[in-house]
Amino acid sequence: MTALLTEATPVVDTAVRLDHVTKSFGRNAAAHVVLDDISLNVAPGEFVCLLGASGCGKSTLLNLVAGLDQPTAGSIDVPGGRAALMFQEHALFPWLTAGQNIELALRLRGVPRGERRAEAQRLLELVRLGGAHGKRVHELSGGMRQRVAMARALAQDAKVLLMDEPFAALDAITRDVLHEELIQIWEETNLSVLFVTHNVREAVRLAQRVVLLSSRPGRIAQEWAIDLPQPRRIESAGVADLAVEITDKLRGEIRRHVQH
Amino acid sequence: MSSTDLKPADAAPGTASDVSDISAGLDALETQTVERTPLIRVFTGKVLPPLIAIALVLVVWQLAYSAHLKRPDLLPSPLDVWDSLRQQWLQGTILSVIWTSLSRGVLGFLISVLIGTPIGLLVARVKPVRAAIGPILSGLQSIPSVAWVPAAVIWFGLSNATIYAVVLLGAVPSIANGLVAGVDQVQPIYLRAGRTLGATGLRGIRHVLLPAALPGYVAGLKQGWAFSWRSLMAAELIASSPALGLGLGAQLEFSRQNLDMPGVLATIILILLVGIGIELLIFNPIERRVLRSRGLLAAKR
Repeated sequence: MTALLTEATPVVDTAVRLDHVTKSFGRNAAAHVVLDDISLNVAPGEFVCLLGASGCGKSTLLNLVAGLDQPTAGSIDVPGGRAALMFQEHALFPWLTAGQNIELALRLRGVPRGERRAEAQRLLELVRLGGAHGKRVHELSGGMRQRVAMARALAQDAKVLLMDEPFAALDAITRDVLHEELIQIWEETNLSVLFVTHNVREAVRLAQRVVLLSSRPGRIAQEWAIDLPQPRRIESAGVADLAVEITDKLRGEIRRHVQH
Repeated sequence: MSSTDLKPADAAPGTASDVSDISAGLDALETQTVERTPLIRVFTGKVLPPLIAIALVLVVWQLAYSAHLKRPDLLPSPLDVWDSLRQQWLQGTILSVIWTSLSRGVLGFLISVLIGTPIGLLVARVKPVRAAIGPILSGLQSIPSVAWVPAAVIWFGLSNATIYAVVLLGAVPSIANGLVAGVDQVQPIYLRAGRTLGATGLRGIRHVLLPAALPGYVAGLKQGWAFSWRSLMAAELIASSPALGLGLGAQLEFSRQNLDMPGVLATIILILLVGIGIELLIFNPIERRVLRSRGLLAAKR
């Protein structure tokens, strides 16, 4: 299935390892299998996009890696400890300011009180929102909220950043800018990113490796290694060509469901 | 894509400062400044209409009095009632009567908060507790607190305990229910986000659940105050005895016994003013602050 990957990387060092992970909801015979025998390795510093149509269990998979849920079978290993998670909704706490949201994450991580303010400011500047410390969540635009959410996720100082369609609700122009910022942050830090999306071009724009999941149950259908140099542009021919190829495969996967 | 100042599609995007400019520009475009409504608009929009309504009521009342619809001892004029209030003021009794009731109301309310809050938390978060006493708690709210007075008198006699028992039975369920509603309305995404940040168990309750439930809790407290005050008046009205000191409810009862209609109306107005006053001066500002800080208060047009 991994025909396009020249060779599987030897498993020496890993940031996230899923080993034959199966997840079903419900019990016994009536069980509804959402994820079926998923094995996946994310290397330290690697950027992987999980791509799939609805029903492929993308979000379930992230919940498992984040430790919010337990697999039915198989094992999940996140050697660096708890992974940070970013949602499609910003999920910032509206009773706190942007800066306080980040400071709370730092506090829960155990950062001493005296260091939190400066660290929050540093993270805000990393997402280009140096002046937003005292802003309330509702005073920020959609793109600013997701950037604060990114800063809050970074505040966890996790080795792995899980992103669950974080830019899906944004307009195209804002999304484009955030893609660029995400790649810059990823290059500056040593983060492994596991990014879930149903947007093929977004996956090709961002990832070093795109993993296509089939739907119902979610299985790994195919993987593509992407060696286009960063920074890429979502409009570029290279991105478009590969997106066409992946979209065809994705459509094939979706079409399989018609016969049943 | 015809515009000449766009870079060719395959070229790398600009430098870091370039992106920074673009995102700053987007932020500036998308950020709206919310202006506070000018004071004059607040006055004409919010203060003036109720004043006009009160003035109209007074005019109709005065007309009914002048037309002799009822005997003057049954329907006194607004001025008679004003005079009764003035007399109480001159005698120096008015403040002590209000204080007797207000201190009971506030103390009863505070005790209700201390009891109602843990009950509300338990009902909201512990499923068996909710199944067991959740329905009872909301059912209790539909009992008029005056119905508790006979029972309380039998248990505690004509004592302060009777009065506080009635206040608690009135206010505790509504405070607890407010907290339950507040917790139920917490968006699950906040709890998930909290858990991924490491806010689990008691830290989750403290840093995520309670602040997220605050708007519903404050609404419950406001309603709890209204119930405290109402229950207190019912208790004072029925369980009145010289030993209990003269509160507004007792004064209402004494005015009735003396067939002092201006006194009755004057006391009703005082009860109304204290109840509304606490709501306007204490609960509404708190509620507005909580809602405004979360952007839940729609800007008034």
